[in-house]
Amino acid sequence: MSAQPATPSEPLFHARGIVKRFGHVTALSGADFDLYPGEVLAVIGDNGAGKSTLIKVLSGALQPDEGEIHLDGEVVTFKTPLDARRAGIETVYQDLAVAPALDIASNLFLGRELRRGGPLGQVLRMLDKRAMRKEATRALAELNIGVQSVRAAVQDLSGGQRQGVAVARAAAWGRRVVIMDEPTAALGVKETAQVVELIKRVRERGLPVILISHDMPHVFELADRIHIMRLGKRAAVVTPQSHTMQEAVAIMTGAAAA
Amino acid sequence: MGTTADRGNAPLERLLQAGRAVAGYSVAGPLGALLLAMVFFTFESDQFLQGPNLSLILQQVVEVGVLAIGQTLIILTAGIDLSCGAVMAFGMIVMTKLAVHSGVPAIPAILIGIAACAAFGLLNGLFVTKVRLPAFIVTLGTFNIAMALVHIYSNEETIANPPSAMTYFGRTFSIGGTDITYAVVLMLALYGLFWFVLTQTKWGNHVYAVGNNPEATRLSGIRTDRLLISVYVVAGVIYGIAALLLIARTQVGDPNAGQTDNLDSITAVVLGGTSLFGGRGAVIGTLFGALIVGVFRNGLVLMGVSSVYQILITGILVILAVSVDQLTHRKERG
Repeated sequence: MSAQPATPSEPLFHARGIVKRFGHVTALSGADFDLYPGEVLAVIGDNGAGKSTLIKVLSGALQPDEGEIHLDGEVVTFKTPLDARRAGIETVYQDLAVAPALDIASNLFLGRELRRGGPLGQVLRMLDKRAMRKEATRALAELNIGVQSVRAAVQDLSGGQRQGVAVARAAAWGRRVVIMDEPTAALGVKETAQVVELIKRVRERGLPVILISHDMPHVFELADRIHIMRLGKRAAVVTPQSHTMQEAVAIMTGAAAA
Repeated sequence: MGTTADRGNAPLERLLQAGRAVAGYSVAGPLGALLLAMVFFTFESDQFLQGPNLSLILQQVVEVGVLAIGQTLIILTAGIDLSCGAVMAFGMIVMTKLAVHSGVPAIPAILIGIAACAAFGLLNGLFVTKVRLPAFIVTLGTFNIAMALVHIYSNEETIANPPSAMTYFGRTFSIGGTDITYAVVLMLALYGLFWFVLTQTKWGNHVYAVGNNPEATRLSGIRTDRLLISVYVVAGVIYGIAALLLIARTQVGDPNAGQTDNLDSITAVVLGGTSLFGGRGAVIGTLFGALIVGVFRNGLVLMGVSSVYQILITGILVILAVSVDQLTHRKERG
């Protein structure tokens, strides 16, 4: 493994020796992973290198067969995505995991709705729509995501705005880590640029971001460090300063030794 | 020219928006169709707009109207329920048979009947979620099971003279000389209740979300299986209430009741603008949909049109309504 760049502190979130098998196929064969506070860590790898599996393990969507995951120095076990979310890890899925017919505020608060105070909330179980709209407006404004109204249905938004809603949701609820799985894969050029700006703003707020992407120029623009997966393992960790795009791709494809 | 048109439409647009905000979804189409049909029949028949006739229409839509509330909940989750009419018939037979033949007091017999309907809902919900069968197949099965149980348990006999507590909702009160049954009031109250539940509560929000994007809903930490099972059970309870209202209207337990009510309730939901693809719609629209069917049936009878044509027109209306749904939402789903 290559020499790791000097890092200022202990990793916030790390995994050691993760193994995941699907029948006879071994998707992860002892993968390691480190995420430091406040950084954008890009995860790159060829198709089948195991990056999706690794991310699913880290976000609780899959359970590893072997290996340990540590968050803030403690061993954690995520049986479901909900466990990971409870631990403060939010994931933005590549297929825009929003409910398109619901409005923006409902999507931001899906599964975490606010109820009214007093008998209206306790007895009639009424939702506090006003507070949710206010909070949603604030969350979007904080990340500079422009929408006309949080009452608009998500289906009426552009692809970039929809992804903005998904990112805002993750940033609003993610206390420790935000994972973004190919956040620009479904987007056009202009919208991609908006999401890139958005990721920078999330980092400015101090939340570390794990970014899975195929888009090398964006990876090199955004990432503090780049985790390269190859054959179910971490082949290397490089930085945009230490390696060129071609060198990183060479490690990814096995053309160059890590 | 564009701006003139915009300005001309502004009040209408505002009105539609206000309607959407209240109902939770646009019900302008179904309401407009209902009003148009009423205007048409008012011109065609002098009797149509009379109080007693309007009251009759309401009485006739009660069972399908109530069943359609449960059907709306299930269709909003992108499911469908073919068993609702048969489950209602089963509830009807359980209630009347227990009370008349087994001597169970009326209130416990009613509650057992409602529980039996809820049990069918639970069965539907479990197979849809845990065995992952399509709702269409599961409820086709339970439709037949409920129908068979109705015939077995009733011995194919109509059960007469139910206790008076079971026919309570068949009683009437008078508004301006027109008699209205308590069953109609209960139906309207149930629509009000489920309007509130669907638009103002977390559960209602989740019902829309799971029908709209089940995976996103699950990833949001909502236990979608439990949610879907609760929807089917609540629908079962609603069918039990429909059973009670049917006893109140017909004064018997009839083993042949409700056989086509499953399709009629789906018709009401679809005419009411709720999407068969799930996640979009409003329960108030279903009320308008049920009334559209009731108004057409009644109006055509008053005009002396054969009942075959009533069925024909209902069929055409359903295809029109589903086509509108498909055309409006094709882009959104694509």
